[in-house]
Amino acid sequence: MRDHFAAKYLRVELLPTSFCPGCGNGIVMNAFLKAVEELGYEDLKEFVFVSGIGCSSWIPNPYFKADSIHTLHGRAIPVALGLKLSRPELNVVVIAGDGDIASIGLEHLVHAARRNADLLVLMVNNMIYGMTGGQQAPTTPLGFETSTTPYGNIEKPLDACALVATAGANYSARWTVAHFHRLKESIKKAMGRRGFRFIEAVSPCTSHVVRRLKIPVSTYIKQLREGSVLIGAEEGIGKIVIGEYADRDEEGFMERMHKYINRLRG
Amino acid sequence: MRMLTSGNIACAEGALKAGCRFYAGYPITPSSEIMEYMALKLPKLGGIFFQAEDEISAINIIIGASWGGLKSMTATSGPGFSLMQEGLGYAIMTETPLVVIDVMRVGPATGQATKSAQGDLMQARWGRHGDQQLVVLAPSSPQECLDLTVKAFNISEELRVPVIVLSDEIIGHMRETVEIPEYVKIVDRRITEDLSMPPFHSDNPREAPPMPILGRGLNIMVTGSTHDEWGLRDTRGFETHFKLVRRLVDKIKLNAEKVFEYEKYNTENSTVGFVSFGSVARSVKGAVKILRGRGIEAAYVNLKTLWPIVDDPIIEVAERVKAIIVPEMNMGQLVWDVERIVGDRCIVVPLNKVGGGEPIYPSEIVSKALEVIK
Repeated sequence: MRDHFAAKYLRVELLPTSFCPGCGNGIVMNAFLKAVEELGYEDLKEFVFVSGIGCSSWIPNPYFKADSIHTLHGRAIPVALGLKLSRPELNVVVIAGDGDIASIGLEHLVHAARRNADLLVLMVNNMIYGMTGGQQAPTTPLGFETSTTPYGNIEKPLDACALVATAGANYSARWTVAHFHRLKESIKKAMGRRGFRFIEAVSPCTSHVVRRLKIPVSTYIKQLREGSVLIGAEEGIGKIVIGEYADRDEEGFMERMHKYINRLRG
Repeated sequence: MRMLTSGNIACAEGALKAGCRFYAGYPITPSSEIMEYMALKLPKLGGIFFQAEDEISAINIIIGASWGGLKSMTATSGPGFSLMQEGLGYAIMTETPLVVIDVMRVGPATGQATKSAQGDLMQARWGRHGDQQLVVLAPSSPQECLDLTVKAFNISEELRVPVIVLSDEIIGHMRETVEIPEYVKIVDRRITEDLSMPPFHSDNPREAPPMPILGRGLNIMVTGSTHDEWGLRDTRGFETHFKLVRRLVDKIKLNAEKVFEYEKYNTENSTVGFVSFGSVARSVKGAVKILRGRGIEAAYVNLKTLWPIVDDPIIEVAERVKAIIVPEMNMGQLVWDVERIVGDRCIVVPLNKVGGGEPIYPSEIVSKALEVIK
């Protein structure tokens, strides 16, 4: 493990992680750290990671050898914004789940995107509440059985990428953990950008989604790849749309704040 | 400098004097003047003013800013204060310095937005789930709004704990002459630059550990979950949790003498006493004068710190008088403390009135006193 490229970014003494076998969090972690390495960062000292409550929020806290703040459920984005406003020089990255970002914390996501606030948000979407026992999430597909939709989900899922793109984010993209290379390249691209950047990584919850489907996780991951279509291609029902929903380079909130203060300070 | 100004503006001035350089908030009556004043002043001082999408966001944004190293605050009223409770619990658990000003209005729910009340006393103290304590201060004049907001920042920085300034609509909108000092005594949080000592532990139970500011390469873990002295989450252990909450609670309890502030009037001949806070304390002073005019000596304790409370001043009054009257613009909250502290030393009589912003008039307090001592 100590020879692994990611060892320099991790608290290796805490490994192995507490994630379930087959969980997609490991792939997301790998993609993020590979992106960081390919961008030439020797360590994570320029970053502060902010997470919420949920399995994927454990990726940075405690596993990243970096400063991290593990916030209340749903409140990673406001804490990240406060931190970024007080310390503009920092690279503030939010890593949290779909329950955190797209349900209880959705208002913060929309307004951070509207402001084009200079944050990178990586939402790991396992389409369910994993940590609490597999309840329906706003990302759960129509018809899917969960512990709170035992006879099938009657709600349509939220397209967070489209929402964020409409609200005004500079960058918005969705990939699955079966698209490792694209996910990693997307993270690299987003890190080089200003403004609000949002990446959704669709990921398996082996304990609550894959097990209900009664298939091996390898089959599920294969389905993620084969069941995905690029934006613009024919979008079939039940397909996961992947690709970039927004790719702009407009002035971010921090630049506007900086100019505002400089003008008034005289 | 002397200035004719309102309690709300005095709070904002106090915050700026104390070194506050970050404000996030959401507009709400009757506290909005604080926010508007900060929007005018902060950018000119190089500080950050931010209007959040709601109060939940506001409290969490100032938590982030405080971990970035800035003295941070918000101001709100009842409904917004309720929304901030979870964030306040997080700030207590993570030892995040910040100040929240609650300009009380009539509740529950939307209640009467423009009308004064004192119904948030218990919520200010105990509004969070779990075992926790923080500090609550209560001004009874615009001058005290300034002085106690400065004090709130100083306590918050020193003890690494959120401090609530519990004002009310009467005080917030009242205009009086306020002395704005050129310099005030400022306490800045101790900051750790290395990890030679664990960042969430203190050998002295009265002291907060120095704060490790985020973004300085110390590899700090901050979490609202139960954590050990290095910040590592422990979601199962009894020892870790008990040690942590005991330290957090002791930090407040053991500093009670230092934090507690009150104003007292007592004479050997007092037959009746009053315990009050905020705008009602003003009526109490008026009532005491009227009673003296009628040859009746009355004592009072005006609490400027509502938590933690030191019992002695109230006990000293209770030992002299026949009865202590507790007038409050609520259905009876402070009276619980007074009953607990007084025991059987004298009788304790509540005097409650709330709604429509109707103050408790000195004459009503006098009538109650005459009725009680008859």
